[in-house]
Amino acid sequence: MTTTDVTADKYRLTTSGDELCLELSGEWSFKAGVPDTSPLFTELATTHGQKLSFDCSRLEHWDSGLMTFLINLVETCEDKSIAIDRDSLPTGVNKLFNLSSNMPERRAQHRDHPEDPVLARIGHIAIEAHRTWSDMLGFIGEIFIGLFNLLRGRARFRFSDLFLQLELAGPAALFIVTLISILVGMILAFVAAVQLRLFGAEIFIANLVGLGMAREMGAMMTAVIMAGRTGAAYAAQLGTMQVNEEIDALRTIAVSPIDFLVLPRLIALIITMPLLCIYADFMGIIGGAVVCATMLDISFFQYFQQIQGFVGLTHFFIGVIKAGVFGVLIATAGCFRGLHCGRSASAVGFAATSAVVTSIVLIIVADAIITVLCQVLGV
Amino acid sequence: MTTKPHLRVENLTMAYGETIIQERLDFSINRGEIFIIMGGSGCGKSTLLRHLIGLMEPAAGKILFDEIDLWQTSDQERNRIISNFGVLFQSGALWSSMTLGENIELVLKEHTDLTDRQIAEVVAYKLSLVGLSRFAEYYPSEISGGMRKRAGLARAMALDPDALFFDEPSAGLDPVSSRLLDDLILELRDSLGSTIVIVSHELASIFAVGDNSIFLDPTDKTIIARGAPQMLLETSQDPRVISFLTRKARLK
Repeated sequence: MTTTDVTADKYRLTTSGDELCLELSGEWSFKAGVPDTSPLFTELATTHGQKLSFDCSRLEHWDSGLMTFLINLVETCEDKSIAIDRDSLPTGVNKLFNLSSNMPERRAQHRDHPEDPVLARIGHIAIEAHRTWSDMLGFIGEIFIGLFNLLRGRARFRFSDLFLQLELAGPAALFIVTLISILVGMILAFVAAVQLRLFGAEIFIANLVGLGMAREMGAMMTAVIMAGRTGAAYAAQLGTMQVNEEIDALRTIAVSPIDFLVLPRLIALIITMPLLCIYADFMGIIGGAVVCATMLDISFFQYFQQIQGFVGLTHFFIGVIKAGVFGVLIATAGCFRGLHCGRSASAVGFAATSAVVTSIVLIIVADAIITVLCQVLGV
Repeated sequence: MTTKPHLRVENLTMAYGETIIQERLDFSINRGEIFIIMGGSGCGKSTLLRHLIGLMEPAAGKILFDEIDLWQTSDQERNRIISNFGVLFQSGALWSSMTLGENIELVLKEHTDLTDRQIAEVVAYKLSLVGLSRFAEYYPSEISGGMRKRAGLARAMALDPDALFFDEPSAGLDPVSSRLLDDLILELRDSLGSTIVIVSHELASIFAVGDNSIFLDPTDKTIIARGAPQMLLETSQDPRVISFLTRKARLK
């Protein structure tokens, strides 16, 4: 005797003795909507059938919606020891079904991502930081070897690369350096004006702008601009070369990536940073002069004479030396992050970001150290 | 009664700016056919594929899917047509910041209203079709090139597309993996009835799976032979086609 156990929109389960028959009809696709099959699975959990066959004579279009349902059905039937007559399925369904179950599986280690305890995470961060610093020290050592080789004329170094990097890190950066430096000079003048006007000492605005730009802000602002602009570009360029295996290709022909890629960038920044710093100093002083001339009745002549009398060359030299040091730090951080980049697009993005962060942190730390040294030396 | 072709290309010209890559291209692909675009390196095979999948606009001519001109229809309609394609790029082109599972999941979330549970089931099923069901949690950078290609295929199949496009599917694969991929392509065509377009110069794959083909030439800048690959091998009189299909180099 045949009994109907479950009937729904697109399927019907009937029992005849030990044999179950699942009739599928209509369109079984995600686009048309897959019916709720939970009543069917509930019925199968309590059935005593031995064998399940399919009647697909009224089945129309189907897609992965039917396949995922059948995979679940087979798993349920296997748990209940119900044999399945797959031959009664359409040929295409059967083929895909065989493909998904017979495709040779690659072995993979089981992956769990349990949340590490706080102490373990701190430990991981400490180990990672230690590894990064070790790599960084090794990298700096390699740069010194590269520079030594360069002095001996033995570095694999293309001067055309150096000139290209000089152009990219120098003239190409002039516009942004000009804009930022003038604005910084104007801001310094405004800030000083608010306080000095109270004492009728507006003329000393020139001292503050001149000294501020020459000793600190000229070098610092140039470094921040170059860290964001050039340091990030170095990390992205070398990171992409890492992804494309260009760095590996250099190593296979016994050319050191330090000599070939890092030295031109490092030397370019060592040369351009002090020059850009001097340029930024003057742009900042001009920005201050504009504020003084237009708002405070201090003529350009008075302003520049005041600066000439107060800001000696030593102050400019200190700024230029700082810029040179910052240039080394920016190039080192950018190239280090680029050469230690992973082999994916997201790793390149991470390398560029961390190059900028590392550069700015190093710039601030170096600035503090140089300032303290100058204080101790009395310059 | 003649059936309408699934894809038809009419007098297509492909160009980068003023430089013409190929011109006077005319061919049609029937539904459920495995169609091979072949030719030597630099002849414009991949460029043609980029035109077929709507990534590049023709300099002249038409590309019609089910008789709808891809570039004369509205943007909305074009996007609807393109969303019915699955594309396997040469390197797999998996999104590197996502796991294999998330790569497939994103496609399903963007184009279907499936529940999270249904999406998880489809992801597991698609990965099982390419033998990577245990790698759902892995990132593309953690698996081999061949596995990336298979995962790319699983992503291409995520929406059960009408048409699948493969750019050099066998490139960089070992012979066994290459053969497995060929078998998979044949099984997909037989079970789903999808139209499959393959850009390839791997002879073993071309003969194993191709129903029909065209041969592009970089000098003539057009199709110089067409037909089933085996038939071309046996009957073509063109020395360029013969030397390509028999792997005989001609030194001038």
